Amino acid sequence: MTRDYRQYLRVEKLPHVWCPGCGHGIITHAIANALAELQLDPDTIAVLGGIGCSGRASFLFQTDAMHTTHGRAVAFATGLKLARPDLHVIVVMGDGDALGIGGNHFIHACRRNIDLTAVIYNNAIYGQTGGQLAPTTPTEKRSTTSPYGNVEHPFDIARLAMAAGATYVARTTSFDFPEIVRFVKRGIAHKGFSVIEVLTQCPTYYGRLNDLRDPSQMLYELKSQTVPLDEYHQMTPEERAGKIPIGEFLCEERAEFVESYYRLCQLGRSG
Amino acid sequence: MNNQELVQGNEACARGALYAGCRFFAGYPITPSSEIMEYLAREMPKVGGVCVQLEDEIASISAVIGASWGGVKAMTATSGPGFSLMQENIGYAAITETPCVIVDCQRWGPSTGQPTKAAQGDVMQARWGTHGDHPVIVLTASWVREVFEMTVLAFNLAEIYRVPVILLLDEVLAHLRENVTLPVAGELQVVERVEKTNGSMPSFGAGARLMVTGMAHDETGFPVQGEKAAQLLKRIVGKIEEHKERLVRYQGFYLDDADFLIVSYGITSRAVEAAVERLRAGGVPIGWLDLKILWPFPDKPIREIASHVKDILVPELNLGQLVREVERAAAGHAPVSHLGRVDGSLITPEEICRYVREKIARVCL
Repeated sequence: MTRDYRQYLRVEKLPHVWCPGCGHGIITHAIANALAELQLDPDTIAVLGGIGCSGRASFLFQTDAMHTTHGRAVAFATGLKLARPDLHVIVVMGDGDALGIGGNHFIHACRRNIDLTAVIYNNAIYGQTGGQLAPTTPTEKRSTTSPYGNVEHPFDIARLAMAAGATYVARTTSFDFPEIVRFVKRGIAHKGFSVIEVLTQCPTYYGRLNDLRDPSQMLYELKSQTVPLDEYHQMTPEERAGKIPIGEFLCEERAEFVESYYRLCQLGRSG
Repeated sequence: MNNQELVQGNEACARGALYAGCRFFAGYPITPSSEIMEYLAREMPKVGGVCVQLEDEIASISAVIGASWGGVKAMTATSGPGFSLMQENIGYAAITETPCVIVDCQRWGPSTGQPTKAAQGDVMQARWGTHGDHPVIVLTASWVREVFEMTVLAFNLAEIYRVPVILLLDEVLAHLRENVTLPVAGELQVVERVEKTNGSMPSFGAGARLMVTGMAHDETGFPVQGEKAAQLLKRIVGKIEEHKERLVRYQGFYLDDADFLIVSYGITSRAVEAAVERLRAGGVPIGWLDLKILWPFPDKPIREIASHVKDILVPELNLGQLVREVERAAAGHAPVSHLGRVDGSLITPEEICRYVREKIARVCL
């Protein structure tokens, strides 16, 4: 039996609330496609979101869904997954949500290697609150709270996730819909903490404040800034300047937290 | 029969939780609550439940809410500083009607304060700590066996009313070891999750495709504004307010012929008990109201008693918190005074006796 991606979406809730030209709909659609291609039973899936533009994605999935508090979706998901190991738990987060206010929960989920699939909608800005500086805003780029340009350095989410212990790490852009689908499928199938970072466009704030108002132009910009990982490895440091590697960074096996916990329970009970 | 054993307050809390069917605990170490997590870390795996130490108190309450939606009775335990960190998500639990239990072993002062000293300074935080109007139930206890019983009651009320229930303990009771006989299986009522009885509030994974959000929402779980938002707030606050008479729990002593009344709760009630016995033995017409549930507040019994006593005293380990509620409920029928102690030590029976005798001397002049 093949399933249609629409079976995983609350289509009656469409159109979504995101701005014209926003990339969040592309990512949400891609996640639904991944679920359909994996042919998962919708009643075995839970989608948890935080607060921000990305959090609104949690309202669109025709599954059990929880729109949690800002930055805490991973922590809510940790409790749910421990209580219900039978569920596929997918966490949709924004960059400010996951790496700003929720950074601590994020790195500890990586460290525990808990079997969750985290999809990070990274538009490099706080969209819902009106375009403020994010921990992912590139240096020198403008936001409403860095009107003269950002003097800080952004997080590299993929490198951070790997250093913290995540066992599946991939990055792509909203330009490449099939690749988002592929990585999300791989992430869900992977036993452990999976991080799929999707660089996406916010024409309303990031674009407008940084002379990139046209969404299609922003998509081409994402395309031209990013380089497949194998190609990136062949480049000289000079060639790498301003380029972001994309692709599958890591897929490794390591003891998963929930499984390890329940194995310990079994040992305790049997002796 | 002799099933007596020496049990610490925190252990009684952990054992009460297991008795009530709690199978999920998430917490972060903090004095003076840590023994609750330490006990459950040993015992939870044996019953197939989960006990995890997470990265902070915010993660702990978040995971408790997540687990509760997984259909499992869930609890966390902390002290003042951690309780402060949990406040945002206690509001989330209130608006999403998530049954859960939060234990706060109160310690002295704001910030780090005196971490190993007892206090009763979180009474108002327990009621009003999270933002916005919200429903919450706050229980307390004075004896080790009572810690066990109130923990079970906390889980029962969380399930019945689908609210976060807070159990306010304190450093002394948390660490006190008493010779007690704890309830055996079947002795106390245990309320199961309602989905198991009528399916009206399903959990995740039950095929209901729930939408849970902290935004104002309607009965389908989707966001609303205006009048529908007002309806939600009035309903969730109303489910406690409208059942207030059923919820209030206190014990009254010597109230019939009392001219003077003491209202107390928690660890302070133990000193009051001793003081009241001494004062009565000395012929002082003193009565005592020992509160077991602080919120919802027992307005009605206090108003009734206030109308026939000359004076009310509220001893508590803070600079004046529950006394304000007593004063409000007494509504001018009797003057209300406060005996506060904030040096980290408990109020003694002697202090209470002295205070009452001096007060009587003044009132009777």
